[in-house]
Amino acid sequence: MANLTSEFVGIKSPNPFWLASAPPTDKEYNVRRAFEAGWGGVVWKTLGEEGPPVVNVNGPRYGAIFGADRRLLGLNNIELITDRPLQQNLREIKSVKQDYPDRAVVVSLMVPCEEDAWKAILPVVEETGADGIELNFGCPHGMAERGMGAAVGQVPDYIEMVTRWCKANTRMPVIVKLTPNITNIVYPAEAALRGGADAVSLINTINSITGVNLDMMSPEPMIDGKGTHGGYCGPAVKPIALNMVAEIARNPETANLPISGIGGVTTWRDAAEFMALGAGNVQVCTAVMTYGFKIVQEMISGLSQWMDEKGHTSTADFVGMATPNVTDWQYLNLNHVTKAVINEDDCIKCGRCYAACEDTSHQAIAMSEDRVFTVKEDECVACNLCVNVCPVENCITMRTLEAGEMDERTEQPVSADYGNWLGHPNNPMPAAAE
Amino acid sequence: MSNTPFSEGIAAGRLKPEALAENFGDLHPRLDDHEALVAADRCYFCHDAPCMTACPTDIDIPLFIRQIATGTPEAAARTIFSQNILGGMCARVCPTETLCEEVCVRETAEGKPVEIGRLQRFATDTLVDTGVHPFERDAATGKKIAVVGAGPAGLSAAHRLAGYGHDVTVFDARAKAGGLNEFGIAAYKSVDSFAEREVDWLLKIGGITVETGKSLGDGITLDGLKAEFDAVFLGIGLGGVNALGLEGEDKAGIEAATDFIADLRQADDLAKLPIGRDVVVIGGGMTAVDAAVQAKLLGALNVSLVYRRGKDRMNASVFEQDLATSKGVHIITNASPKAVIGNGAVREIEFEYTDDDLNPTGQTVRLAADQVFKAIGQTLQGSDLPELEWGKIKVDDTGRSSVDGVWAGGDCATGGDDLTVTAVAEGRDAAEDIHATLMA
Repeated sequence: MANLTSEFVGIKSPNPFWLASAPPTDKEYNVRRAFEAGWGGVVWKTLGEEGPPVVNVNGPRYGAIFGADRRLLGLNNIELITDRPLQQNLREIKSVKQDYPDRAVVVSLMVPCEEDAWKAILPVVEETGADGIELNFGCPHGMAERGMGAAVGQVPDYIEMVTRWCKANTRMPVIVKLTPNITNIVYPAEAALRGGADAVSLINTINSITGVNLDMMSPEPMIDGKGTHGGYCGPAVKPIALNMVAEIARNPETANLPISGIGGVTTWRDAAEFMALGAGNVQVCTAVMTYGFKIVQEMISGLSQWMDEKGHTSTADFVGMATPNVTDWQYLNLNHVTKAVINEDDCIKCGRCYAACEDTSHQAIAMSEDRVFTVKEDECVACNLCVNVCPVENCITMRTLEAGEMDERTEQPVSADYGNWLGHPNNPMPAAAE
Repeated sequence: MSNTPFSEGIAAGRLKPEALAENFGDLHPRLDDHEALVAADRCYFCHDAPCMTACPTDIDIPLFIRQIATGTPEAAARTIFSQNILGGMCARVCPTETLCEEVCVRETAEGKPVEIGRLQRFATDTLVDTGVHPFERDAATGKKIAVVGAGPAGLSAAHRLAGYGHDVTVFDARAKAGGLNEFGIAAYKSVDSFAEREVDWLLKIGGITVETGKSLGDGITLDGLKAEFDAVFLGIGLGGVNALGLEGEDKAGIEAATDFIADLRQADDLAKLPIGRDVVVIGGGMTAVDAAVQAKLLGALNVSLVYRRGKDRMNASVFEQDLATSKGVHIITNASPKAVIGNGAVREIEFEYTDDDLNPTGQTVRLAADQVFKAIGQTLQGSDLPELEWGKIKVDDTGRSSVDGVWAGGDCATGGDDLTVTAVAEGRDAAEDIHATLMA
């Protein structure tokens, strides 16, 4: 069986599955339950500076969107950092770490953007025996209004400055958590690297309103008739997170910067995908808030089985394996021609492929009187929409045309050569294809 | 002295009132809001949906299910009622397993169709329970139309015609409107007086007068109606019952299944309704199953449903057959009735085993029978009717009979299966043709 032991910026854990800094890691009770369930590590919910703790709203903190059968697809929260006293959290962190020395315990921090504030908190965290710290530069609601969280994460210079303060004042590895509420994720990642960060973690939550209460005319979640944007997470944000991880992983400046992948990780497969794009480990929150801590058992067994099947003996074997295949549009091979193929045996004759293609695409699917659906190869541009709307997995597939085979649509034989936009005759600014 | 299933002969009160109440409760209770959302989520919103094609009334099923899924069951109900004003009853009695649900693509995909019938009931009940009638009449046309028969075909025609602004008079032989919905289906398919409530709700459109206790030859004649009204629609159903053709058929204890079903539906107190200890139902259709199952639910000890051909030739759907079996009805196939045995009252029925082509085998069997229900088909009754074909009023695709100005639909007319939903479609379509003809 594959060895899932993970080492991330020198922090060891029995598996690469950590719980993200969030409500599930707010107190000792929860974290002990998580470790008993098998989680490899936790990032303790964000601590603030000494003094009266922040307060949370006393109405709903979460909003959600749902898929079929009320499956939770996206969650939004307006909870702030821990609302429990600093000393209590520190005592609990120390106690948990003592009892679970093999698990990763990283502490998330958010204090005002002043070096003294960071100088004050770092030693007391270090004293707990925690394995590292994560700088919360991502929290998009509440704390950002007070100049912390995303307010720092949206300014690369601040990220660099605070990271540098932390590196100068602690022996612990520093992970910088990035907000996705920016235009280009590479800039804050580069800033963290310049500040000396050991790693970045991403994504934090996305500014969002999950819905509008049409009776009260208020955004959801609603507090006394008002609402505010909260942080969006869960399966719905995974594609955004995967892209941001990949952008950092393939950026030459940050290519060697370790990444802890966050954003909608729900199954072992999600974790493997983040790691294939360059994440050294993953952090999970919404999935456990939906299903409880037990899901880690499936993540462990699933990742092990997949690694065995692929012959990977350690998680490091496949981290970043997919990164080289993330490229720019201009390098995609325009001579690669595919056509949709509908498997009549698997087809349940719902006709969604037909409606989608006929109404919104290229009129490339024919429908017979008796509901047999066939692809018109002379019209099919291989857009993949039929594949995406078909309710039966693998009923519609894409067939790659062999070199030399006639593309009925263009009436040109398929070229055996790679050819991208840069060398395309329609390109007004052609460059030699490499 | 209280009776039990073991009491000899035909006796009332074999079961305790609580047991009767339980037995005659809703066969498929209405989905609650959550169940409806889960069920609706399974619909794929097919293009040119097979379910819609399979529905005799062409209800836009994907649309109404999407309307349920998006929290507007009232809008879903309007979608249903615009095609089928008796969509509430059809949701209860349609053999969906051989219509919309049989062709559902999820039946193909998983062997488990979207529960279209139950979703339809959820939507229609939601709106009917508000008491609001969703349609308004067009401006009055001054045209008068007679509808004979207040069953599904007649009510459907009357509603559509009234909607167009015509004044409609509906005649029915019984004391109550509703036809088979009120008198001819199993009680557990229409609990809480649904058939009656549905008629009241349907009539809220206005412009419809119901005159009960009148039928062709009894208070009204076709010629008289033709003279008095601008058009006539006949939805008179099949009032007669086929005979077994056996000596001793008139012995006490032998009756038409339809009469038993009607008596049961109209009974104020099921504990007072007598039923045999050993009941034999002869026939293989929905009526036979309705009678057999209800006999069992009333407390009969043994109920046999005997059909002359093989199981796969039975008109009752597989769902109905399974329902009968699950309630303890013994289904005997390939047996034709040969003789009635008994002195004054029936005691036994003798059957001869027959193959699917009804060839006799010479082998016989006798079943104990205190009570025998005949359910081997119904026949058209009435004189001076338009031209008949195969024992039914001959009509074209739009319901026109051989007599000018007279349309017909439902079980009494040719074409279509004898289903509630088919009758609704035929009544509606005839109404469209009547309207087009009168307004031309």
